[in-house]
Amino acid sequence: MVVKVYGPAYASPKRVLVCLIEKEVEFETVPVDLLKGEHKDPEYLKLQPFGTIPVTQDGEYTLYESRAILRYYAEKYKSQGTDLLGKTVEERGLVENWLEVEAQSYHPPIYTLTIQILFSSKLGFPRDENLIKESEEKLAKVLDIYEERLSKSKYLGGDFFSLADLSHLPFTQYLVDQMGKEYMIRSRKHVSAWWDDISSRPSWQKVLQLYPAPSKN
Amino acid sequence: MAIKVHGYAMSTCTARVLLCLSEKGLEYEVVPVDVANGAHKQQPYLSLNPFGQIPAFEDGDVKIFESRAISKYLARKYKDTGIDLLGSSSLTVSTIVDTWMEVESHQFNSPMQAIIRQMIVNPIFGIATDEKIIETELEKLGKVLDVYEERLSKCKYLGGDFYSLADLHHIPYLVYFMRTPKSSVITSRPHVSAWWNDISSRPATVKVAETMKV
Repeated sequence: MVVKVYGPAYASPKRVLVCLIEKEVEFETVPVDLLKGEHKDPEYLKLQPFGTIPVTQDGEYTLYESRAILRYYAEKYKSQGTDLLGKTVEERGLVENWLEVEAQSYHPPIYTLTIQILFSSKLGFPRDENLIKESEEKLAKVLDIYEERLSKSKYLGGDFFSLADLSHLPFTQYLVDQMGKEYMIRSRKHVSAWWDDISSRPSWQKVLQLYPAPSKN
Repeated sequence: MAIKVHGYAMSTCTARVLLCLSEKGLEYEVVPVDVANGAHKQQPYLSLNPFGQIPAFEDGDVKIFESRAISKYLARKYKDTGIDLLGSSSLTVSTIVDTWMEVESHQFNSPMQAIIRQMIVNPIFGIATDEKIIETELEKLGKVLDVYEERLSKCKYLGGDFYSLADLHHIPYLVYFMRTPKSSVITSRPHVSAWWNDISSRPATVKVAETMKV
């Protein structure tokens, strides 16, 4: 039975797709059209009661929340593909630390920028330029801390590529491509090298090829 | 002492870590951080948490920050001490716990944090309370709690039939929220209310909640 991943066109599900490729796990995708509101359909809400994407289905086993899905597959297939969690409790502790940083500090401003810049007109509201400016400033402060961290550590969680780095791929790709804010990455030497490293991984390149993002506003 | 938590009792994120330590029966030291004088935004604190946020954590040579990562580290490292807070017996069980920890982070935390800021934090700093924000965020919280009501009608705890970090992570904000006039949002939902009564009366919760004074 092949894992099904819902919503591949969008950013959060892409975290799951790149993880599955790194772990050499086969999958299929099921499209969900957010702009048509398919994530709020009663049938979808049975799978994910909060009405967000992604969802995965592995036979009868259904999961949601992208980072929970990442941890599940990284753990389940620990002995194959890339080690995304670390070998000891201590290494895992640091991976979790920086995955929380991504979730709590990096994601909120970059998510706001994504909605405002890329989806506002499709979703039917005007861009809030103040909010965009504030979010970019918040994100810049986080990137300054990343610059310091990555000057001492090759990857965020330590000296190996892990879920902590992987989780950043989809929205950061939006930042450098569709949002036209590549300068935020390039102006920071260590962040820039880290971004080149993680985004050129064959797994991520494959995701970008197979599942283009929805066209912007 | 090997385990040190840098923070202070009033802080919800510090409380999250202290709850975990208390549930596991682990010995620890709280190292106070002089937040009033901005110690958390300077060295040496920044070398423990470069974001200048509370708490930071040390266990011998291990240094971690982010309260939810710290609690997971403790639950894993000290798996065999005290109760099992992650459902480590099986990956499918622990993943359900993980899912509801993510739900707390991404659905519950944001509206709750906004409400607590308006109702409890702002008054401390003499900032006006914005009723409109409270109303909007209560509506969002209500929708999330409707999903919790459904979940808890089928399951005693969020992660399944055992108390876990999925429940514990909610406690710090709920301790403050239940002291406000808006607590009916919890008490009006029978299964959520029963769940709160259960987890708030645990000895570890009572012990830590006592120290959470504004």
